[in-house]
Amino acid sequence: MNASNSIGIVSAKRAQFDTPLVFRSGAVLPRYELVYETYGKLNAVKSNAILICHALSGHHHVAGYYADEPDNVGWWDNMVGPGKPINTDKFFVIGLNNLGGCHGSTGPSSINPETGQRYGANFPVITVEDWVESQARLADLLGIRQFAAVIGGSLGGMQALQWSLTLPERVRNVLAIAAAPHLTAQNIAFNDVARSAILNDTNFHGGNFYQHNVVPTHGLRLARMLGHITYLSDDAMADKFGRELRNGQFNYGYEIEFEIESYLRHQGDKFASYFDANTYLLMTKALDYFDPAHNFGGDLNRAFACAKANFLVISFTTDWRFSPERSREIVQPLLHNRRNVSYAEITSTHGHDSFLLEQPHYFDVVRAYLDNVADELSS
Amino acid sequence: MSMRQYMSTSAAERPDFAAIAAWIPTGASVLDLGCGDGSLLRYLKETRGVRGYGVEISDLDIVSCIVNGVNVIQNDLESGLSDFEDDSFDFVILSQTLQATRHTEALIREMLRVGREGIVSFPNFGYWRNRLRVLLGHMPVSRNLPFQWYDTPNVHLCTLSDFENFCRSRNVKVLERNVMAGKREISLLPNLLGSTAVYRFQRGG
Repeated sequence: MNASNSIGIVSAKRAQFDTPLVFRSGAVLPRYELVYETYGKLNAVKSNAILICHALSGHHHVAGYYADEPDNVGWWDNMVGPGKPINTDKFFVIGLNNLGGCHGSTGPSSINPETGQRYGANFPVITVEDWVESQARLADLLGIRQFAAVIGGSLGGMQALQWSLTLPERVRNVLAIAAAPHLTAQNIAFNDVARSAILNDTNFHGGNFYQHNVVPTHGLRLARMLGHITYLSDDAMADKFGRELRNGQFNYGYEIEFEIESYLRHQGDKFASYFDANTYLLMTKALDYFDPAHNFGGDLNRAFACAKANFLVISFTTDWRFSPERSREIVQPLLHNRRNVSYAEITSTHGHDSFLLEQPHYFDVVRAYLDNVADELSS
Repeated sequence: MSMRQYMSTSAAERPDFAAIAAWIPTGASVLDLGCGDGSLLRYLKETRGVRGYGVEISDLDIVSCIVNGVNVIQNDLESGLSDFEDDSFDFVILSQTLQATRHTEALIREMLRVGREGIVSFPNFGYWRNRLRVLLGHMPVSRNLPFQWYDTPNVHLCTLSDFENFCRSRNVKVLERNVMAGKREISLLPNLLGSTAVYRFQRGG
C-alpha cells in the first residue's frame, strides 16, 4: 500500500436509532445501531457527502486502517482516499455496516435488548428498500439532506439504485457498479444452494446456533466456496490455478489435490471464521428480493420514472454473475426516462470481483465522473 | 495516480460541427453515434442546449466524454441500437463515422428508427484532390482522409453522388445538404469541389 495515498488512521463510530423501523416484510425493529466510518470533511453546506454501500460480505471499514491494526486496510482503500477516484480531499465519504450485518451494526448476532438473547432467527428478513430507509436515518443524523453521490458495487449498486427510487430528492448522482436491476433465475439458484448449505448444517439450529455455542461452519464454508467460484471468471481461475496439483501427482483419493481446491477451502475457512451465517442468509435474500419493477408490473421504465439523479453505470466484460447485459438493463429505463446516464463496460479478466480491483480505465472513469461532480459543488 | 491525458476536439478544428449545429433547434434531443471524445455533443449542449447521449466504443473516448460532461454509452454501433427505443430522439447524428462503419445500410436504417431525422457528415471521396491522387496512382491521404490504405478505419468511403443514390434507392429522403471545403461552403460542383458533406434526412414517405 502506498501510505501517501491512504486516508491514514481511521476509527469506527456508532449511531443509535430509537425510532422503530418498519420493514417491507411488516416486521418492526424498535431500535437499532449502525456502525460507520467517515473520511474527508463535510463542507459547510453539507453538499459533498458520498455514501458507499457495501456488497454481500462488505462492511463500514472502506478505507484507511486502524491505529491498533495497521494491517486491517479498508476493503475499497484503492478507490477511496486523498487524490483517489473517490477523492477524500473533495468529498466527505461515509462507509457503514448495513443493518443485519455482522461487523457491528445491529444484526442477527446482536443481543436483542428485549430478550437479552441474540436475535438469531428472530431478526427480520431485510430488503434493499429497508436498508435505504436505515441509511437515510444515518444521513439525517449527520445533517446530510442530499448526497452528492451514492456509490456501490454488486449488492451495493442495488442499494445505490434504490436510493434514487425511494428518496429521489436526496441523491444527485448514483454510481451503480457491477449491479443488476434484479437477479436472474440462475443467480437466485446460486443463492439458494448457498442458503441450503447453511440451513442444512446440523450446527445451524434454525438460526439460533449461538445458544448452542456452535457455528454452522461447514454450511457457511460451502456457501462461500460456491459464491467465490461465481465471482471469478473462468479465465481468471485458469490463469491463477489451471490444473496445478499441490503435490505434483494424482493421489487417487478425495483429499485436496488441485490448487483450486486448496484455494477455495482456504477462502471458505477464512470466511466461516468471522462471518455470521444468519447475515449471509439475510444478504442473499435481500439480493433475491431486489426488483424495482416488481410493483410496476415488471416495467422498469415505470419503476425508474421517479428517479431524478444522474447515473454512472459500470460493468465488467468477464463478470458473468452480474453481466454487462444486466447493467444495460439498468441503462435502458434511464434512457427511456431521459435521465443523465453514462455507461462504461470495462474490459477485465477478473469476473465479478473486478469492481474491487484497481484497473486504470475503471478508475479513470470513476475519477472523471466524480471530478465533475466535485466541480459542480464548488461552482 | 493522475489520469492519463484525455482528448478534447475544438469546434474550430471541425467545420462540420457548426454546420450540424445550424440544423438543430434549441432544446432538441440528440443521439451522437461514434461520438468520439464528446466534443460535438458538448458543443451542441453549449450552443443549442440539447439533451443528448453519445455512443462510443473506445475506452479512452469514454473517459474523454465524461471529462467533457456529456452522457456516453459504451457500445458497438455495429451491433445495432437496441438500447434505444423507436422515435426516441429528434436527431441521430453520425459525424465522420459513416465511412468507418461496416454495416452502413443497417445503421442508417437504425438511425431512422430511433430518430425522427438523421444527420451524417463524411469526407467526400469525389473531392478533386482525392480524384487527383487516384489519377496519379495513389490512395488519397489528406487532412480529411489522414490514414494510409493499410491502417485506415474507413471501409465504406463514398462520393456525394454515391450517398445520394443510396438514399434514393433506400427510400431515405434528403432534407438538406451542406458541402464544404475547409470552412468554406461549396455550391458549385459540390461533388468535385467539396471535401466534406453534411446531410440531414428522414424516412421517405
